[in-house]
Amino acid sequence: MTAPVVKGFAALLVHAPNLVRYGAEPFYRLRARGEDAGATLRPGLRSYEDALRYPPNQAFIGNLRPEALGDLPVPWYAHPLEGASPQGRHGDLMSEEIFYGFLKVADDFSQVSLEADFLEEIQESLRQHPLFQETDAKRLGRGATAPDLAQKVSSEEALPLFLGERMVGIVQRAHPLDPSLSAHALLENLACKASALLALRQLLGQHPGGPESIDYLLSCSEEAVGDRFNRGGGNLAKAVGELAGCLNATGADVKSFCSAPLHAMVMAGGLAQSGVYGDIAIVGGGSLPKLGMNYDRHLEAGIPVLEDMLGAVAFIVGPDDGHNPQIRLDAVGRHDIRAGFSQQAIMEALVVRPLERLGLSISSVDRYASELQNPDITRRFERGDTAKTNYKMIAALAAKRGEIPADGLDTFVATCGMPGFAPSQGHIPVGIAYLGHGMDLLSSGQARRIMFLAKGSLFLGRMTHLADGMSVLVEQHP
Amino acid sequence: MDLDNQAQIKELAERLGVENLVVVIGALDSGGAEIAAMTVTSGDPTYAGPLAGVSLRLPVYHVLEPEVRSSVDQAAYQEEVELMEMALEESVEDIVATTRKAREGLD
Amino acid sequence: MFQGKKVIALGDRDGIQGPAIARLVETAGAEVVFSSTECIV
Repeated sequence: MTAPVVKGFAALLVHAPNLVRYGAEPFYRLRARGEDAGATLRPGLRSYEDALRYPPNQAFIGNLRPEALGDLPVPWYAHPLEGASPQGRHGDLMSEEIFYGFLKVADDFSQVSLEADFLEEIQESLRQHPLFQETDAKRLGRGATAPDLAQKVSSEEALPLFLGERMVGIVQRAHPLDPSLSAHALLENLACKASALLALRQLLGQHPGGPESIDYLLSCSEEAVGDRFNRGGGNLAKAVGELAGCLNATGADVKSFCSAPLHAMVMAGGLAQSGVYGDIAIVGGGSLPKLGMNYDRHLEAGIPVLEDMLGAVAFIVGPDDGHNPQIRLDAVGRHDIRAGFSQQAIMEALVVRPLERLGLSISSVDRYASELQNPDITRRFERGDTAKTNYKMIAALAAKRGEIPADGLDTFVATCGMPGFAPSQGHIPVGIAYLGHGMDLLSSGQARRIMFLAKGSLFLGRMTHLADGMSVLVEQHP
Repeated sequence: MDLDNQAQIKELAERLGVENLVVVIGALDSGGAEIAAMTVTSGDPTYAGPLAGVSLRLPVYHVLEPEVRSSVDQAAYQEEVELMEMALEESVEDIVATTRKAREGLD
Repeated sequence: MFQGKKVIALGDRDGIQGPAIARLVETAGAEVVFSSTECIV
């Protein structure tokens, strides 16, 4: 049987403590209270070293198996790893200084200005960075003077970019009235574009055909790129592909809240299998609005503001190549409209029905990569553990169907699940964060079948009370 | 709780009268249930929304409480709740204690 | 307890969602005047 395959995977983290103030919760809340964001957040912000040694981050970039997190003492933020590396099997953990440089590289319309001295300071590290390309150098420009930048900030045309208390750059608005082109919206979009670009370059650097072998790009990122006439107009995919050198590709964006990555994976699989395109790259850039979502609770509890990471992923789906893991297009699970609001009906639609089509049972899947939100972020407030709840739902379904004993739920969770490890980045934690680890297991024969699951909270956009969900079964190549 | 939801609940309580309203909560973690229960009785505990410092004193129940369970259609209850009840991380007692405690504060 | 009452259904995406609560209390004779679902992830 030929089926589309997953050909490569990259995952990148950016430690962005000074951008936390522009996350949606801190930004709107602190502004409403008239508080100085820098002063309020500073006591809770982590150092790069702390972020690097944070076990879930090492799992995300591929240096630690997520399953191994279960053996480590919690809370993870209080037990840093020894010997953590910024270079991961799937990608790097980048510092904020270097990311600011790439924010400028990603900027096509002079929205970003970096301060000249700062630019000079990071120039050398940027040039030596493996993801920095020769053509990026002239995009950096010469930098601006600190007084010029300060003037633009005080006239409210721009938002400052900080490193600690030092302003090292700004992001300017592109229109005086259009909220879709405000400095804040553009910063969100550029942070997404830059992080997606880095993940895509990382991916294509290892891809035998290189960037020009990509026929099509899908972005499953969360940001709504557009203007007041077409908010969310889109095509971040093409913008990212341009800077990654995908000269033969065009692209489009796929939106469905957090379930977008799996929609994109299924679409790409269909397009590759039907021969419309050959290799298709899927990118998910980081979500700046999610930074600091629980900052006030973290500060109140005296623990680090753990939502200080931008996460990005990129992977390739292409026609069957005879060895990479296959996407089972005949077993795609979808939360159809009929399934409605009952968690049982939704889980049956996502897990049971696709497996039944193949004559398989719930326990014939070696691993479920469900919503892998990091529980360290919420457990202090008894706010549940999304990853574990999903696993227990799948286990409960298996028990109801008589596949496992009624007291075997925890055993099932331990065998087929894993602790959540992905940063709060909406679409990034939903299964897709595990794709690289999953490919390792499938390629080495340690697993035969992995199901990826995603759910999306559509109701947040006030157009329907419905949620959405998708599942995709990926198998070892026969 | 979402700020817009708080505004809408406040407006409903003012317009329809507290005595005609019942709030039913579906969060299955005690942290989430407690925030929701407190918000509609004593006020937003996070002091972020329109219900900060506003004591609506609405009667509040959890969907897992026997009072709710015994009042509704049993087949529908099974469809909507049974699987989640099997998957709980905390005990039903701990979860429903949140709404019970909030109601006690109303007496 | 729901007969003739107006209900505010406060659901959770990881628990029982707002419309599911609404469906339940409607079977008991309540009128749902508001239904929402919270999402913390």
